[in-house]
Amino acid sequence: MLKGRSLLEPMDFTMDEFEEVFTLAEEIIAEPERFRRVCDGKILATLFYEPSTRTRFSFEAAMLRLGGQVIGFSEPGASSVAKGESIADTIRTVACYSDIAVIRHPKEGAPRVAASSTDMPVINAGDGGHQHPTQTLTDLLTIRCERGSFSNLAVGVCGDLKFGRTVHSLIKALSRYEGVRFVLISPEELRIPDYVRKGDLVKNGVEFKEVERMQEVLCELDVLYMTRIQRERFFNEADYIRLKDSYILDAEKMKLAKETMMVMHPLPRVTEIAVDVDDDPRAYYFKQAKYGMYVRMALIMSLLGLQGEEQR
Amino acid sequence: MIVDSIEYGIVIDHITAGFGLAVIDQLAIDKRKNTIACIMNATSKKYGRKDLVKIVNVVDVDLAVLGLIDPNATVNIIEGGVIKKKINLKLPDKVVNVIKCKNPRCVTSVEANAPHIFHLVDAESREYRCEYCDDLITVKGDYGHENLR
Repeated sequence: MLKGRSLLEPMDFTMDEFEEVFTLAEEIIAEPERFRRVCDGKILATLFYEPSTRTRFSFEAAMLRLGGQVIGFSEPGASSVAKGESIADTIRTVACYSDIAVIRHPKEGAPRVAASSTDMPVINAGDGGHQHPTQTLTDLLTIRCERGSFSNLAVGVCGDLKFGRTVHSLIKALSRYEGVRFVLISPEELRIPDYVRKGDLVKNGVEFKEVERMQEVLCELDVLYMTRIQRERFFNEADYIRLKDSYILDAEKMKLAKETMMVMHPLPRVTEIAVDVDDDPRAYYFKQAKYGMYVRMALIMSLLGLQGEEQR
Repeated sequence: MIVDSIEYGIVIDHITAGFGLAVIDQLAIDKRKNTIACIMNATSKKYGRKDLVKIVNVVDVDLAVLGLIDPNATVNIIEGGVIKKKINLKLPDKVVNVIKCKNPRCVTSVEANAPHIFHLVDAESREYRCEYCDDLITVKGDYGHENLR
């Protein structure tokens, strides 16, 4: 039962609960009109302390398409946060006006502080370089709808694996599926943090290898998950400039990949995927963005306990 | 120097020399109500020098912190003037406001009232994980550890 719960990281939900959300998302994709008034009278609060395009728009679009309303801020300077209000106090106040909240924050663990300060469901929409569980729901729904199954996939994850919150959540979630193995492609400085390596991969006996060159492993991958080198996570601009163009996937490199390999990216991209890959049928990153809205509709409904209220 | 034996209470022995007062601090005993003796730099066959703390009329102090910062210390519960029970210290599964997260990206660096919560990951390597940012730290039985609050 997901009603009343929060989603702060992927392991907050069991595999069966993931399945429940995906099944509902597929029902919404098939017949969106059945769900257009499900959230009538409900309010979603969006607390974005960091810039966002896809995540915020997709949450807002999701709630509006379910017949609900949205309040919130996309610029903390326009709220009492600018006066130094704590996260705990902000969420307690927001809970007086809304039924469910989405929070994005540059500090890692901020959504956990929020969730522990209210009984209202809280959704982590990205906390620093830590976790981004709803992007993972998006990624998994994309693979499920386009590929059918997660089992026995060889998943290449490329780019900023140290600060890449989408990567951390994806590895956590996929580590639970049978036969999944990871190829982690990054410069040495941007390798996955110890808590992911030890806590998710080693602990669960998941097969993985860490390499620095993309070309040498492309032929063995079923999914290539590209990520951006994130300027905003670096304390040192020189380090960012040195590493920002470490990996660029282009049409030439795509020739080395399987005909069935899926290229995915949480977006926004900068230079890491050349535009000449966009027309390749193996490019799935714009489809991902659409799946993101549907899976967030399913998530909002599930956490509000509104699953199937209409026409069932 | 003579410190009387106690009838009922707790004796924490083999504390690393120089840290007896820190132990009293960490145990958060009400110093206004309880009689406490702290013997510093006593001779120890095992360690050369040691500190020792005796607390009268208290046997239920939270020893989790002690297990974290001084696993070599020994704890004796005294009843009727004799040792009733010896307690083996172990690492606590969860510690609150004992270890401080040093990750500058962690929310605890800006949210002043958020408790610093750590969970034991691996007892052998004495590794703990921050509840908020998942940062891992190793606490090696050290009063001066940089992560101790």
